Amino acid sequence: MVDMTVPNSPATSIEDAIADLKAKFPDAVSDDKREGYSGVIVSKDKLLEVARYIHDTLGFDYLSSATAVDYLGEGNHSNDHLEMVYHAYRTTGGKALVFKAQTDREKAELPSLVSVWKGADFQEREAWDLFGIRFQGHPNLKRILMWEGFHGFPMRKDWHEAYYEQDHKPFDSRWPSGHVYRAEERNIFGKNVKYPADIDLSKLTDISESSMYEGFGMGVEYTQVRDGEGMATDQLIVNMGPHHPSTHGVFRMIMRLDGETVTHLEPVMGYLHRNHEKIGERNTFLQNIPFTDRLDYISSMGNNHGYVLAVEQLLALAPKYTPPTYRTEVLRVLMVELTRIVNHLWAIGFWLNDLGAFFTPVLYFIQERERILDFFEAVAGSRMMCNYMRFGGVFADLPERIRTVANLMNDRVRDFNTMQFLTEMINERIPRTIDELDEYLTNSDIVRVRSEGVGYLSREDAINYSAAGPLLRGSGVAYDIRRAEPYSIYDELDFDVAVQYEGDMYARYLVRLQEMRESVRILKQILPRLEYTAGESVASPFAYSGKVPIGEAYGRVENGKGELGYYVVSAGDKKAAANPWRYHVRAPSFINLTPLGVMAKGGKVADLVAILGSIDIVLGETDR
Amino acid sequence: MNGIGFIKGMLLTLRHFVESYVDDVRYGFKKYSPNVDNFQQRQGTQAAGVFTVQYPDEKVAMPERFRFVPFLVVEDYDHPERPGKDWCTSCGICAKVCPPQCIWIVRSNDPATGRPVPEPEAFFIDIDICMNCGFCAEYCPFDAIKMDHDYELASYDRTTSHIFDKDKLSKEFKYWKTIAPNRAIDEAQARGGWEHKDAQKAARRGGGAADSKREEVRARKEEEQKQPVASAPVAQETKPAAAETPAPAAATSGGGEKPWTDSEEERERRKQAALARKAARASKRE
Amino acid sequence: MELNLQELSKTQYPIPADLQNNVAITSLSKIYNWGRRNSMWPMLFGLACCAIEMIATASSRFDFSRFGMEVMRATPRQSDLMIVSGTVTKKMVVPIVRLYNQMPEPKYVLAMGACASGGGPFKEGYNVVSGIDKYLPVDVYVPGCPPTPQALLFGLIALQKKIDGQSIADYDDVPWYGVGLSDPAPVPILGPDIIDPRQMDMIRRQAEKAASDGGVLNAARSLPSAAVAVLDAPAKAAKPAPAAAAPAASEADDKRAAALARKAARAAKSEGAAASTTPAAVPAASLPSGGKPWEESEAIREQRKQAALARKAARANKTEG
Ligand code: SF4
Ligand code: SF4
Ligand code: SF4
Repeated sequence: MVDMTVPNSPATSIEDAIADLKAKFPDAVSDDKREGYSGVIVSKDKLLEVARYIHDTLGFDYLSSATAVDYLGEGNHSNDHLEMVYHAYRTTGGKALVFKAQTDREKAELPSLVSVWKGADFQEREAWDLFGIRFQGHPNLKRILMWEGFHGFPMRKDWHEAYYEQDHKPFDSRWPSGHVYRAEERNIFGKNVKYPADIDLSKLTDISESSMYEGFGMGVEYTQVRDGEGMATDQLIVNMGPHHPSTHGVFRMIMRLDGETVTHLEPVMGYLHRNHEKIGERNTFLQNIPFTDRLDYISSMGNNHGYVLAVEQLLALAPKYTPPTYRTEVLRVLMVELTRIVNHLWAIGFWLNDLGAFFTPVLYFIQERERILDFFEAVAGSRMMCNYMRFGGVFADLPERIRTVANLMNDRVRDFNTMQFLTEMINERIPRTIDELDEYLTNSDIVRVRSEGVGYLSREDAINYSAAGPLLRGSGVAYDIRRAEPYSIYDELDFDVAVQYEGDMYARYLVRLQEMRESVRILKQILPRLEYTAGESVASPFAYSGKVPIGEAYGRVENGKGELGYYVVSAGDKKAAANPWRYHVRAPSFINLTPLGVMAKGGKVADLVAILGSIDIVLGETDR
Repeated sequence: MNGIGFIKGMLLTLRHFVESYVDDVRYGFKKYSPNVDNFQQRQGTQAAGVFTVQYPDEKVAMPERFRFVPFLVVEDYDHPERPGKDWCTSCGICAKVCPPQCIWIVRSNDPATGRPVPEPEAFFIDIDICMNCGFCAEYCPFDAIKMDHDYELASYDRTTSHIFDKDKLSKEFKYWKTIAPNRAIDEAQARGGWEHKDAQKAARRGGGAADSKREEVRARKEEEQKQPVASAPVAQETKPAAAETPAPAAATSGGGEKPWTDSEEERERRKQAALARKAARASKRE
Repeated sequence: MELNLQELSKTQYPIPADLQNNVAITSLSKIYNWGRRNSMWPMLFGLACCAIEMIATASSRFDFSRFGMEVMRATPRQSDLMIVSGTVTKKMVVPIVRLYNQMPEPKYVLAMGACASGGGPFKEGYNVVSGIDKYLPVDVYVPGCPPTPQALLFGLIALQKKIDGQSIADYDDVPWYGVGLSDPAPVPILGPDIIDPRQMDMIRRQAEKAASDGGVLNAARSLPSAAVAVLDAPAKAAKPAPAAAAPAASEADDKRAAALARKAARAAKSEGAAASTTPAAVPAASLPSGGKPWEESEAIREQRKQAALARKAARANKTEG
């Protein structure tokens, strides 16, 4: 238990906090002395106690990320272990307290921290699913991304998939004698499958479905409840998704209903789990950039940004490092803020869909989005998968004209001056759209009746469940990474953090609306900066085969959906590695689903899709 | 009051509806005729109302940086010295940098010396894997691989047509100048001339011809800027692979053949050539 | 408009006198196809990034309602077209196959994007299916990552052209007008890894083999030399599969039996492909296939037509004799 004699005044800086921690737990906490690493290593027996101290006494109330790393064969084999890495923050701002716990690979067990931060729930399940770390005390330790019954723990370094070729890219088979074949031709089953040697088809049972309903209390087991008039009703298990028009992709929810009231809800995901992290660890650092586009595919620019920031932290460890030029930063902020507007337009539009305003508002928002996408297409080459940012630079400067050229028959050509296009967009069109949206929706009685007081998430819960982005700020926590831990050039830009205190769907809508306005405000400050930095170089100094100094880094940005973090470890080599040892994405869409159960509980099933819509998830990021 | 929001929403829809038609009136209802030039207004920032691009009768043209699947640059088929020569030197950088590893290159060796020669023997891109990221084009030191703008690639059968081989990937340099004129100029400036890097080096080594070469390049560049590259009929005799004609520039878009509507015989011829090459290679390997 | 009977019955088929009333079939095909292709209802069903481009295609700027596709149905039971828009994971392919089985015939599948066609950038991942055609028959593939809305529209037009070229008299072309109920696509099982029911035997055999000679279950297959496969490919591709079955069919006077046989053959073929005893995907990279897909298949269609004619003629002879 926490020793209450310790004065309840959080040590101000991270250094103080660590010193405090070491003084309190001298034999359980030690500095992480590996080169390029920071934070402390906590012995696993004391982990729960230390975590509680960090949370209660030191005031790190927000667990941003918890993830596992498999250090198999890194350094000498005697040191093989699995490691959980936790990044905890204070919602008042400041840097992270990083603490780690190590466990044996064979019998991987750690205490669960769900009792301290509920936000650890899904992240620990993920670590169990992909790394096979058993968390003692976890209330619901089931596989989360793969199905129950899947063979093996795929993220472990010694687990190879069916199409495994080599540990790291580039593959030798591609050049100089790259005789082409399709991967399935080399597989004995002609598919992307492999089976354990002891597979017994006679005893084959598909438990992937039944296991999901465990703990739901099916049928008669469940005690009957009485409704208001004393009538006995059975509770009903309803399954929604993965194919459902309102689950924003291939998301699934299993819920127990009492009449129309949700009494229990469990999100089921993994239907778009496309092994981003496993592939990411095989890629070179550079090759991951286009893959990040496909995380939150509505806002690829923001994804790029977080990742390059993380890797740039590592690059800065090298003796020779040139930080990105000012223009690079300006361009990045320009792109990211436009992306935020796109993201929020999309989020509000589809949330309205869920409320019943089917497709008409979305159509108008998509009109505006298309224009921003035209800009992205002209600058970065693709509407959605921008792949724009590079380490220490960006792909290319703005073209002078947003010009299209005819290359097919019937092509219609357009030609605009880039700065003029941007100016008109930022000063006229986007504000006009936002005003229109505001005018027609904010006081619309349908919107208000449907959304006020629905999907309530209290301030304490929001923090404890590691909610991020508009979900957190809609519950009254003014936590925006652009202010709490400024990156890029945000500290010199003038904007307010949008915050609402009601914690319901309507509050989240208002936060998004205000954030769009703030984005426009930022963009207006970006325009003059674009003009006076014209001509500065934006090229990336990073060569295609470049290496990254060893160490760990956690880069995070405030993306449209919330805090997007990348935990990148460069290891496996003496000085610098070409491939990340560990590449983890702290996905806001994923962690924001943790409180879905509490938000839906007690609400009507008809509101459920709207609550999900107000969280604003994208499955590419949820499942990765 | 209840219902106000509903009515307001309906009015908004009505307004957008009316706006779209006001615009039609402005252009005399010439919305879809092929030679109206109001497209730019409709798809620009000043447009009011909701406008549909009438694909396939009209298409949004692609910006120069647009990326779809890559193609390989080869020398123009009517080039005086090296018609149809690959720009690619099979250095393998694109294959190494490609994130999903969908580029396969067979480097060719000189049969006599066994040393690699700067020309790929085979070059494949599996477009069922390619993520259109553009890294290959970005990191190619010889400007030999570029992102194509042709997105009309749908097919009925992927097993036979979705691994693009060298013949299918190769397009003339002229084509690149057509789809991305400004970038082509920028790249030429960086290279120091329109020609391939190695060709320039060879020319410089060759003696004082460099100056006149540069003159020539400059003259041609000016010409280029004056007028978009017109598609020249391709000298079919020079090489069977010459079937790939460049896409016509905007000016001639009415008349020209599209590069992909080859006649049957040409396609057949190309197939035979490819098969023969394959067979030769196979027998060599055995 | 007055229906010109002379026009309608003008076909290339030499029609024996007693078969004159069969002529209506070709015309019926036209009307059928016209109706089907202009009222394609896609399923409101998105998987990944490509789905966003599909939504963009559905929205006002590109607007596929111009092609009769505006009614996106959320239920498979009301839709004709499944646009597989995005990465198909092993976990998701089970519901996808179920959804497909629930769609009423005639039904079409369009694989949108690199992922749905052949695995895409995430192909090497442990939870990714290398193309939906490993489990379902696909009509049109639209490459790109993601295909732009215009590329998707091009694919949809290609699908319409394909439907245009179909004949309801030809069971190989449109199996749902064949005989009896069509078999549902087998639903995969999520075991230790995904299991295709069609491959059960093969897995069992492999497992036994691995157990008996202590080998590995997942040994990589050695390919026949790539060159051989490539050389084979043109022959395989050029051989019009439907026409091949024609002579036998024309001799049998029971059309029904022939159709059943063909159906069985088809099932066997698809199983073979799934079991990959023959490599499902021949690296026929050298096959040039420029041109639009519907232009390409002209020759095949012609051959098919000839086969159908031969069948008809044979039948006519028989009745005469
Ligand atoms: S990088 Fe360029 S020159 Fe090198 S192999 Fe690729 S295409 Fe050829
Ligand atoms: S565009 Fe990207 S994925 Fe495609 S071939 Fe080039 S590098 Fe590879
Ligand atoms: S093809 Fe590309 S855009 Fe489409 S789902 Fe796959 S990764 Fe996403």
